[in-house]
Amino acid sequence: MIAPALGVLFDGFAYGMLLFLLSVGLSVTLGMMNFVNLAHGAFAMLGAYVTVTLMDRGWPFLGTLPCAFLASALISVVFERTLFRRLYRADDLQQVLLTLGLVFISVAAAAYLYGTMQQPIRLPDSLRGYITIAGINFSLYRLFLIAVALTMTVALVGTLEHTRFGAQVRASVDNKRMAAGLGIDVDSVFAVTFALGSGLAGLGGALAISIVGLDPNFAFTYLIYVLIVVAVGGLGSIRGSLLAAILLGVSDAAGKYYVPTLGAFLIYLVMVSLLLWRPSGLFGRR
Amino acid sequence: MLRAITLCLGLFAAFTAARAEDTIKIGVILPFSGQFADTGVQLDNGIKLYMQQHGDTVAGRKIEVIRKDVGGIAPEVAKRLAQELIVRDGADILAGFALTPNALAAAEVSAQAKKFMVVMNAATSIITTKSPYLARTSVTVPEIDETFGTWAAKQGIKTAYMLVSDYGPGIDAEAAFHRAFEAGGGKVVGTDRMPVANADFSSFVQRAKDANPEAIFIFVPGGTQPAAIGKALANRGITPKNTKILGQGEITFEDALKSLGDDAIGIITGFHYDPNHNSPMNKEFVAAYNKAFGRNPDIYSIGGYDGMHLIYAALAKTGGKTDGPSLVDAAKGMAWESPRGPISIDPETRDIVQTIYIRRVEKVNGTLVNVEFDKVPDVKDPAKARMPK
Repeated sequence: MIAPALGVLFDGFAYGMLLFLLSVGLSVTLGMMNFVNLAHGAFAMLGAYVTVTLMDRGWPFLGTLPCAFLASALISVVFERTLFRRLYRADDLQQVLLTLGLVFISVAAAAYLYGTMQQPIRLPDSLRGYITIAGINFSLYRLFLIAVALTMTVALVGTLEHTRFGAQVRASVDNKRMAAGLGIDVDSVFAVTFALGSGLAGLGGALAISIVGLDPNFAFTYLIYVLIVVAVGGLGSIRGSLLAAILLGVSDAAGKYYVPTLGAFLIYLVMVSLLLWRPSGLFGRR
Repeated sequence: MLRAITLCLGLFAAFTAARAEDTIKIGVILPFSGQFADTGVQLDNGIKLYMQQHGDTVAGRKIEVIRKDVGGIAPEVAKRLAQELIVRDGADILAGFALTPNALAAAEVSAQAKKFMVVMNAATSIITTKSPYLARTSVTVPEIDETFGTWAAKQGIKTAYMLVSDYGPGIDAEAAFHRAFEAGGGKVVGTDRMPVANADFSSFVQRAKDANPEAIFIFVPGGTQPAAIGKALANRGITPKNTKILGQGEITFEDALKSLGDDAIGIITGFHYDPNHNSPMNKEFVAAYNKAFGRNPDIYSIGGYDGMHLIYAALAKTGGKTDGPSLVDAAKGMAWESPRGPISIDPETRDIVQTIYIRRVEKVNGTLVNVEFDKVPDVKDPAKARMPK
């Protein structure tokens, strides 16, 4: 029973990596500025629609991915500068209201601009199909997804650990006031981090189309999973998001394979158990 | 001064009330927002196209459509909207209803208020039993899946594994296909109920593969699921070449085919309508639909279109009388040619009687389409036929 399970676990792992891409930005910005940005799902959806629009105009799939990243990053900066920074000192409820309102607007805008139907895309032939190793089928697209997510992880961790900017980000996450006191421009650091996080969400959204589909409700549907990953992983921790996302993806797949009657419930069971054990998340600080 | 104003207002109210007598109001309750928004939009497009083509006057009276958004599966909201439409807005007829729970809730209101109600999409058998003034123009799940199960057994398929979504229509489909397939001599070797909002189907597909059946039967709702499960099947190496893939028509919706590509070729489905149905009436319908809305019609559109036809035809027959009993009596037994084929309203159950087509996905002129290669005409809802009279 192991061989078929390995195929399923691989798919779960790929799904987990997708969740990671969608969540890592939110985890860092939540940890750094304590700003509850529920509109994060909307930026993911934006990236996905950018890919769909460009592909409709004949762009190749791979070429649209950097655009999805950039579009989400740039537009999120606009929102950050104009709307979000007014609420950094506001309480959580106001932040939730604002960002949730933005999600509603984004869903309605997507429905208005693109219609309510599914937005399928045709992947390039190089990413269709699967390869067989040791009798297990590995979907080429999921391998690609894992490769992209791992590259992004390495790039993120590399930036954080080995660049000055990364040090500034880590300092701001650890102790904002002290970092500001030491002369770090926390506002700019935050703006850039926010843009990067939203850009990654946009990239994740674009990659998600071929796994889970795209319609105007995407912003809401994936918000739930993103919040679970962030809560379980711990705010402000990339390692935590990665581990939580993988854990959730794999346990979802394994649960459905071995105990299908539990179905999607297993993900919530895992979440509750982990949070009971570690209320601040796996690698959370507070 | 006050008396003058009151007098004027009173006259005005009386005048508008008198004018309102001439307009027949149809209250349409559909999900225009949320997860099922696309279903609501397509169904409403069907209604709009019919009115565009046939005008907005029947039996000398003007037709006014009042649309209400139910937002999704929300029976309390549907009930409230139905009540408001009848009591506040003066609706004579209730229509729409994409989802079963909403249809059931509104049926109560239709029965109490004795208003004619036309269900244009919701597909659970028992809906028509909830109000004597209710008719349906869409389809019922047993109509499709029992017919399909019988057909599959007749083709000599011996074993099947079933994957269905765990909600009303999915469980209906499971029961219907199971019963008919085993009655025909087949054996269902396993069933899995999958969560409705499922994103990743690999595990379920792998379980089906482990059982090594001759055929896999799938029911998932439209939206993101068909393409996702199709891809999961392809990724696990299950193709129509080694296993027959059977399903209710949702799995080969246009957008699913576009997403699946050539992996879909050979999937066999049972359904009551496809935009590629080869009849002159359908070709005209599809052309007009595309001209008006820029996309192809689907089963929701045809439910709305035929529903409006039923309303117009019933009103023409009653000469404009809008009370529930008259309209439903006029609707019983009505038969006409729809873009989907010949249909009629069963006088006993007030449910739709139509042809169920068996289709296979093939590449025609470079595009993937559902090609009808077999059909079963005049199918009545088998579930109600079995119910004690």
